[in-house]
Amino acid sequence: MVKYLFQRVLYMIITLFIVVSVTFFLMKLIPGTPFNNWEKLSDTQRHILLVKYGFDQPVPVQYVHYMVNMLKGDLGVSFQFNNTPVTELLAQRVGPSAVLGAQALIVGALLGIVLGVIAALKQNTWVDYGATFIAVIGKSIPNFVFAGLLQFYIAVKLGWLPVMFWNGPTYTILPTIALAMFPISIAARFMRTEMVEVLGSDYITLAKAKGASYWEISIKHALRNALIPVITVMGPLAVSLMTGSLVIEDIFGIPGIGDQFVKSIMTNDYPVIMGTSILFAALFVFIILVVDILYGIIDPRIRISGGKAK
Amino acid sequence: MINKEPVISNDMFAPAHIDPSKSEKIAKPSLNFWQDSWLRVRKNKGAVISLVVIVILLILSFVGPLITPYKFDTQNTDNHDLPPRIQGLEHIHWLPFDGALTRKDGTSYNAYEARHVKQYYWFGTDELGRDIFARLWKGTQVSLFIAFMAALVDMLIGVTYGAVSGYIGGRTDSIMQRILEVIVGIPNLVVAVLMILVLKPGIVPIIIAITFTSWTSMARVVRAQVLKFKNQEFVLAARTLGASNSSIIFKHMIPNMFGVIIINTMFSIPNAIFFEAFLSFIGLGLQEPKASLGTLVNEGYKQMLAFPYQMIIPSIMIALIMICFNLVADGLRDALDPKMRD
Repeated sequence: MVKYLFQRVLYMIITLFIVVSVTFFLMKLIPGTPFNNWEKLSDTQRHILLVKYGFDQPVPVQYVHYMVNMLKGDLGVSFQFNNTPVTELLAQRVGPSAVLGAQALIVGALLGIVLGVIAALKQNTWVDYGATFIAVIGKSIPNFVFAGLLQFYIAVKLGWLPVMFWNGPTYTILPTIALAMFPISIAARFMRTEMVEVLGSDYITLAKAKGASYWEISIKHALRNALIPVITVMGPLAVSLMTGSLVIEDIFGIPGIGDQFVKSIMTNDYPVIMGTSILFAALFVFIILVVDILYGIIDPRIRISGGKAK
Repeated sequence: MINKEPVISNDMFAPAHIDPSKSEKIAKPSLNFWQDSWLRVRKNKGAVISLVVIVILLILSFVGPLITPYKFDTQNTDNHDLPPRIQGLEHIHWLPFDGALTRKDGTSYNAYEARHVKQYYWFGTDELGRDIFARLWKGTQVSLFIAFMAALVDMLIGVTYGAVSGYIGGRTDSIMQRILEVIVGIPNLVVAVLMILVLKPGIVPIIIAITFTSWTSMARVVRAQVLKFKNQEFVLAARTLGASNSSIIFKHMIPNMFGVIIINTMFSIPNAIFFEAFLSFIGLGLQEPKASLGTLVNEGYKQMLAFPYQMIIPSIMIALIMICFNLVADGLRDALDPKMRD
């Protein structure tokens, strides 16, 4: 286990190193300039700017410089936001993203599980078909399309909820729903499959033979056993929420990391793009690691050596 | 309750006639893999209907731009932002094809009459007066093209990588798997965004950006299959007969894993559509006047408050396509996956 963990952490670091390097060199390849009014500046002014940000040095030197600074926790300064350090800029924005992600994951998992259980208990009735339909819709429709439609019908037409921005709990409802649709559908499908399998097993027949009530069988015997494998899909879902939040935050004007990423792309703000990419990659790798370890702990049947990270 | 003893006499029985010539008779018609799979897919109504819808949409994506008098990139700024109006359907008041627009105060008026426009724009026009009907089908065509190409490239890279890795095995396999693990660890959307930034938006860069990270699942599945087949008798037989490594992989192994390859490809199509739409939506998609479903949703989204139809029409299209592809992929998985056989 310790050896495995060590190996995984090593891969994690290699992955991160590659992401950082690739990001760095890609940034150097991007045409265009991050500075405003570049064309209007005189050559001396341009030179001053380049020296100030270290762009006059050869790329390998810049690379080493960046890597050393990164290890010290310094990701450079933003070009667009008055030279604010990137780490500071991102730190301000972690909060809303974390709140939104956590809410979407909890809502998605709970609703998905409930939907899946109901579908399995009422197997092959219209309730089941309805739940499957919702799952297919949630899995198929891109979350930003869904977000746009929610914004239009719920917020603009009906006026029940705020259209956008981030000023309190009511503002979080629509983005949470938009983001939670995917987890709901995945959790519901997975839960239904597991539940149907468990309901057909011998120990459920035994429980019925013993005279246990419908609810006792459903909750105590079936649900508890079906839940175990479902926990394992939560990790990939958390990862998908991270990427989903990119555009959802942009749509709803939420001051989170995803919104920052999209804005930086629009303004060629290289240090912020890099910092955000690194942050995303780090979170991503970390979640995959945690999920893989949890697999082993939660379900001993999944041997770590054979467990597929998905 | 009294149990009656049923009376069973000997004359109720007759010796069964056994015809030795028929004992080996095959009662079920012999079906090859594809016929058998088709039988299974056919049972799944959702998948069949979705397949039909996809075929219709595919045909319409080519025919659609031809049946309207307007071209997808012709601007007519006099006729900008006109709502949908269709001959005949305009008099059915509950259908949204009467050319009516809603003002901010909730009252509605006929935009065509107010602006003295004689033409009919079936799905309306956008802010530059381009026909949305033509743009929608053109966009569908482009999105589907990107998705199919991405899926094809995924398949080629994934199958080759997986087959080589699994077949050679040993240290090569181990190194290739480590590389794969690193690529899987990179957040795909972030990489795609960075690739587009470097390559400049366009159809080919989008396909490259999508395939850069998405071939990995195919490679894994194919590798697992190759490992499974590697030590089986038919491979040994082929090798004994002197077949080369590449012919063993491509002639003997790959045909045996068509099922999983097809399933995986079918799932990568909606995935690619999503990716393309996502990139377009954050402004990294195709550039004007080209259209894809993602750029159409994005353009429509900006006009959502005043002209909601501009967002709703492409949204419905993208949702429809995604649902259909997902249902077909699910149906195929149920039909082709040997584990799901009854």
